[in-house]
Amino acid sequence: MLQLKNISKRYKDFAVKNISFIANKGDYVVLLGESGAGKSLILEMIAGLVKPDTGEIWINNKNITQEKIQRRNIGIVFQDNTVFPHLSVKNNIAFPLKSRKADSKTIYDKVKQLAEKTGISHLLNRWPETLSGGEIQRVALARTLSFEPDCLLLDEPLTSLDVQLRSGMRSLFRTINNEGITIVHVTHDFEEAIALADKVGIVQNGSIIQFGEPKEVFHKPKSKFIASFTGIKNFYNAIIKSDEVLLLENKIELIQALGKVQGSGFALFKSEDVVVSKTKLDSSIRNNFQGTVIDMEPTTQGVEVTIDIGIKVSALITHESSLKYELSKNSLIWIGIKATAIHFIEKG
Amino acid sequence: MKNKPNILNLILLFLGSLALLFIVAPIIGMFLDTSPNELFETTQDKEVQQSIWLTLSVSFISTIIFAIAAIPLSFLLARKNFFAKRFVLGIIDLPIVIPHSAAGIAILGFISRDSVVGKVAAGFGLNFVGNPAGIAIAMAFVSIPYLITAARDGFIAIPERLEKAALNLGASPTRVFFKISLPLASRNIISGLILMFARGMSEFGAVVIVAYHPMITPVLIYERFGAFGLSYARPVSVVFIIVCLIFFAILRLLAKEKHRK
Repeated sequence: MLQLKNISKRYKDFAVKNISFIANKGDYVVLLGESGAGKSLILEMIAGLVKPDTGEIWINNKNITQEKIQRRNIGIVFQDNTVFPHLSVKNNIAFPLKSRKADSKTIYDKVKQLAEKTGISHLLNRWPETLSGGEIQRVALARTLSFEPDCLLLDEPLTSLDVQLRSGMRSLFRTINNEGITIVHVTHDFEEAIALADKVGIVQNGSIIQFGEPKEVFHKPKSKFIASFTGIKNFYNAIIKSDEVLLLENKIELIQALGKVQGSGFALFKSEDVVVSKTKLDSSIRNNFQGTVIDMEPTTQGVEVTIDIGIKVSALITHESSLKYELSKNSLIWIGIKATAIHFIEKG
Repeated sequence: MKNKPNILNLILLFLGSLALLFIVAPIIGMFLDTSPNELFETTQDKEVQQSIWLTLSVSFISTIIFAIAAIPLSFLLARKNFFAKRFVLGIIDLPIVIPHSAAGIAILGFISRDSVVGKVAAGFGLNFVGNPAGIAIAMAFVSIPYLITAARDGFIAIPERLEKAALNLGASPTRVFFKISLPLASRNIISGLILMFARGMSEFGAVVIVAYHPMITPVLIYERFGAFGLSYARPVSVVFIIVCLIFFAILRLLAKEKHRK
């Protein structure tokens, strides 16, 4: 278990303040925030690259706040390339094992096993300068895993990769996590957070302003910042049942136009893509449901109406529309969701 | 399409050629003025042979010994910030800017039998003055800035993140220095070592004050010139230049080969 207790670090023009969270063994924690919010600094403090001014870091019930970097047994994979350019791929992966004076048989077996796991067996004798960005990140990951860290820290590990390479890396991270390694992953990419996180922490101006399960955080954003950062309140567990049907929260079936026939993950759509009417619409919209208004909240853009259709759906309408339809709590209304407005993020 | 020759380029080319000629002409002239026969006889001269061997070996040993302290200093200067760092950097450049005869006087004062260092050395039966050890110190004094500066540039060029990554992977700071920092800066360090070695063996001013004997080749050239004139000093100069060039070429090639590996 990794625990941060009120970690703070102050620089001249920036500070990280009172960072606290717990990542249980096997948790996949994603710290999500804009560039410069302080996410990487949090990771660097956990890894020991930067010493916090105040607060404590505990891992497996041991206070490691003042522990030397090399004794923490916490692995970090950086955003930029930190693969040693003067060592072959094989020797890069073996580096931590040699530092721990492992025997050559152990080193050989471990390097082979990790290269297979990360899909770089064919690159073992290559030099880093000949590798692509995706291959470099896999080498960095294999190298970090070789010393079996108690916790793996990933600092924007996918940012420098092409979109096509990202999903492969994501599922690799998931596989590693499923083997029981606690992961703390820093990103500014909302989709990455949704795809990977068991717990998500939103970082703003050096503080974690909300921490919890992704659904809880994205569904009930505690601040306008989170709402605007994620932008989406309609956020559901989803399973693609067929090329037409998407099942939300095991309760509601939607017509989908995702071009996929199977998969599980999350479905999202914007509040402004939900159409509200008094009667069932006769339109091109194929997802029509009747539901009860359970909440109405004025916003700068209009009124955010929460409707219960078996699951809670948020719709953003203008003040004029809310008056026209005489909406109030417990009103019975119809909503329409365009199949093309639904976005799907595959898990892992 | 070919660019039209422009006036500025022609002027630059002309002035550049003059500068190049300025360097090359005296050396070529010296080679042309020396007959093959003279050269051959000079290579057979025991005194010349001994002085060249002494010059090369003392400069080489001095470079290696002083590198042991200079390289860690370069690393500290590249990685650490401390009070008066700029002042320290200024001190390192000092041997380059002061007259080398003055440097020789300073070193003589430092290692003579009356000084603390001289007395301690005398306790071990060693007298620096008039000794290869004294020559090595004089050579190192004037040439060490080249190594420190080159090695420091090499360490600065390594992303600090690589060193931090190595620490994170469980390496001790010592292992990080020897397995990451030092190999990654090796190209600059080798360049610095070659420069230091070259500068050391070409030193005259500081060495002649500390040790006229045993005679290194620059001192021998000076002595032959003073005692017998230009025509006796010239063949020794040519032989020494050829030896230096061959040595240089070999070292550069080895350095290049090592980097490729």
